Amino acid sequence: MNVITQIFSWINNEILKMTWLSNLIRGLVENVFGLSIKERLGGSVHFFIYDTIKIFILLSVLIFLISYIQSYFPPERTKKLLGNIKGIKGNILGALLGTITPFCSCSSIPIFIGFNAAGLPLGITFSFLISSPLVDLASLLILMSFFGAKIAIAYVVVGLILAVVGGTIIDKLGLVKYVEGYVKEIENVDAEVIEMTRDDRISYSKQQVKDVFHKVWLYVLIGVGIGAAIHNWIPQSIIETVVGNNNPFAVLLATAVGIPMYADIFGTLPIAEALFQKGVGIGTVLSFMMAVTALSLPSIIMLSKVVKPKLLAIFVAIVSIGIVIIGYLFNAFSFLLV
Amino acid sequence: MIIKVLGSGCSSCKKLEENTKKAVEELGIEATIEKITDFKQIMAYGVMKTPALVVDEKVKIMGRVPSIEKIKKYL
Repeated sequence: MNVITQIFSWINNEILKMTWLSNLIRGLVENVFGLSIKERLGGSVHFFIYDTIKIFILLSVLIFLISYIQSYFPPERTKKLLGNIKGIKGNILGALLGTITPFCSCSSIPIFIGFNAAGLPLGITFSFLISSPLVDLASLLILMSFFGAKIAIAYVVVGLILAVVGGTIIDKLGLVKYVEGYVKEIENVDAEVIEMTRDDRISYSKQQVKDVFHKVWLYVLIGVGIGAAIHNWIPQSIIETVVGNNNPFAVLLATAVGIPMYADIFGTLPIAEALFQKGVGIGTVLSFMMAVTALSLPSIIMLSKVVKPKLLAIFVAIVSIGIVIIGYLFNAFSFLLV
Repeated sequence: MIIKVLGSGCSSCKKLEENTKKAVEELGIEATIEKITDFKQIMAYGVMKTPALVVDEKVKIMGRVPSIEKIKKYL
């Protein structure tokens, strides 16, 4: 038993948390730059270099792995799988498939139209659309690396619950009439899913790593920069007043700031990590991350092309309220996780 | 041969178009390459993940950008 625990803690510390990298960069900062990492400048230099390298390593490895798995689940297949299932089971499966189907905000329109044309209930489509950007295999592993296994699993579970509940509410409200007219006219066409060879999958996954790298490197650097500033330069008292546990509006504020922001989980992590290390509640930190990934201006603009403003507003409201509730629950029960 | 590149204008759609053009040139075949950006027309092929490559009305590639060499095999 002891051996198993040791193996797990080794995997967690050396592979996921990359303690070796932290020590290596510490050596670099202390011996080459001659700065102490206990001091402000040295501390932020260490945070910046260590976090940047760590995120880029995680990004490359995880996106490759995830893309390889995802290549087995194109949205065309997901559509067929979901077509046969009704009711809450459909919402659950929709949310689960959302985690493994490749997603970017640019494909949300064709997915929405395709699901709708296939006769999928609106609620199942929304369960999918909520979970897809919010929860995926990559976010589970990344959160483990930054916050530990308990928080990572809790995040995934509540993310899925949000997707199922959100989709079910949209279903029950009977909002089909708020789908744009032209969407309803499009007829269902089942494209044959083209099987890929192993080489295809590998080259697809490499391509995905390149694309994601290209798309997010700037956000990551900005995120790490802000994280380093929070970590070492912004006084603890200010952070505590604004988003600390004594401010009852901290979760609301974190969610409101996060919603319009467009970045993926890699850019948000260093900020979340720095806030967490400064003692900000885990619920507040998670609400911020969820708000950034689940909702963003570009994705809202995309959706506005297929649904009428009323449905769009209800969707944004349900997801935002859900994220706020999750934030307060996590803060209230954080003693179980941290 | 009629080749259609389906895509709403994302960067990978442009890449697929470029690669396809090069593949056609290198093979030296007669082909017209059309770019389809309208969602209704894209959906008519049942494609939900762009970019996609359609050769003589048959969907050959969905949701990825293969290399020029690979594209040649589909033409």
